[in-house]
Amino acid sequence: MSRRGLGGVAAVLALLLVFPFFAGTYQTQLLMYGLTLAIAALGFNLLLGYTGLLSFGHSAFLGTGAYTVALMMRYLGVSSLELFILGGVICSAALAALLGVVCVRHTRIFFAILTLALSQVLWTLAYKFFWITGGTDGLRVPFSQLTLLGGLVSFPGADAFAKFITYYYYYVLVVFCACTALMWLIVHSPFGKTLQAIRDNETRARFLGVRIWRYRWLAFVVSGIFTGLAGILWVPLNGLVTPDVLYWPQSGKIVFFAVLGGFRNFAGPIVGAVIFNYLEVYAVAVTQYWQITLGLVLIALVTFLPAGIVGSAVRLGGRLKKKGSEQFP
Amino acid sequence: MSLLRTEKLKKHFGETRAVDGVDFTVNEGEFLSLVGTNGAGKTTLVNLISAFLLPDSGRIFIGDRDITHASVDERIHSGIARSFQLVNLFDDLSVLDNVALSIFAREGKTKRIFALADRDAAVAQEASGLLEQFGIGGKAQAAARDLAQGERKLLDVAIAYALRPKLLFLDEPTSGVSTRDKAQIMDTVSSVVRGGGITAVVIEHDMDVVFKYSDRVVVMHEGRFLADGPPEEIRRNSDVAKYLLGTDV
Repeated sequence: MSRRGLGGVAAVLALLLVFPFFAGTYQTQLLMYGLTLAIAALGFNLLLGYTGLLSFGHSAFLGTGAYTVALMMRYLGVSSLELFILGGVICSAALAALLGVVCVRHTRIFFAILTLALSQVLWTLAYKFFWITGGTDGLRVPFSQLTLLGGLVSFPGADAFAKFITYYYYYVLVVFCACTALMWLIVHSPFGKTLQAIRDNETRARFLGVRIWRYRWLAFVVSGIFTGLAGILWVPLNGLVTPDVLYWPQSGKIVFFAVLGGFRNFAGPIVGAVIFNYLEVYAVAVTQYWQITLGLVLIALVTFLPAGIVGSAVRLGGRLKKKGSEQFP
Repeated sequence: MSLLRTEKLKKHFGETRAVDGVDFTVNEGEFLSLVGTNGAGKTTLVNLISAFLLPDSGRIFIGDRDITHASVDERIHSGIARSFQLVNLFDDLSVLDNVALSIFAREGKTKRIFALADRDAAVAQEASGLLEQFGIGGKAQAAARDLAQGERKLLDVAIAYALRPKLLFLDEPTSGVSTRDKAQIMDTVSSVVRGGGITAVVIEHDMDVVFKYSDRVVVMHEGRFLADGPPEEIRRNSDVAKYLLGTDV
């Protein structure tokens, strides 16, 4: 990463660190939603941006993470977030490993449809097995029953919500930073370069001796783990998990994050997830026809900014830099 | 000593006999040209040997090992690499990354997930050196899609060469480039491949190129071998003149 890039990352990190001090509880909560969803977007984009596979079934992993937390809390009496993360990551990885075997042997529309279909199987299970999952009522995950850092931090008492938001924000921020750094390492590793090679030219990659489906499968599993982790962090914030989290519009939202920010850029899906979250919240607050607002944004994006917000900004910056160097060589 | 041998290799597409019972031998250290008119079966033969296609019948040996039913990656590990008639690059990756990826694949490092690719100094150094050898070292950081056609051809060969194969198939390395670029490409490819001690089989249409650079020329016609010998002998062959050049000797 360039010195300028590192400076930008440091500035954003500094802003995120001081955010709760000037933004208040509600805005901190909103940003936290954005950060958890950004982890899902990072995972999703390993497939779309770096491997060239469009998944319409990532709600399966988000829901698996969320339901694992809810089920562990309800039936095992677990309250530790670290144990939730452990359990949720194992379940998401297992699910991704299983679905991956079926899905990654196909590409393009076939891959997209398979992921969509399999995720809807999970939605149906959550919907129909109501005696376990609570059906449409869902399962509650009250923050008051949650403990952080191996039980060192808990949230009893009258002012528990504000305390939860502050502490949980920093917890989410640390996990978000770790996930971002890890994903950055993955996409810049020989494995990540191989995924990009498969995306660009599958035939040539095969003739380098790369066993394509193994790499796609591993990318699918890593992607599922990241998205599952996002679901784990999201559910205590939401306080409730219902089958909606497994339903296909949730997968559509994750696709939207990547398109909004720009899926051919590492930071694009992160920015897309955070902006989408604000966009959705404020659109819902302003009009009952909020879906139309989101639809119009999507149409405008595809028409005028196909590279997404970050992708377009990078292009614009490149052009200005080039123009500047031509004027002042 | 023969490096590659095929026995009665056959591939038909319906009524078309693309490769029709071919016994083909490539000797170690040769720079061999495979020539013939369009549809003669040259590319199909290379596709069969490199596992891009499966034969209807016949056998393929590398050394003494039967690789007829071996997968693409098994053939690569047994020392076969190829470039393509239509340039096959990783267009969104840098020129350096295109070659580095080939080296990572050769060394079994592509599964490394917790290491930065750019920090592998040995791979970066080898990739840079190779690009210099192929005359495109100055474009190392450019995206592969931004290269000129001649440079793309050279990169295509460099990617295959970076696998350090025993036997390298080059499918029309000079197609689609100007006459001046042709000579430059063939000079570079020939000197790098010969310098690296690699056996090469080149599919080529330009007979001037064939006669200038080859140790041995194999001529195909309608899925079979029409002639096989040193360039001078092929130049004097009346069948070759008739079917390939459309003239008498």
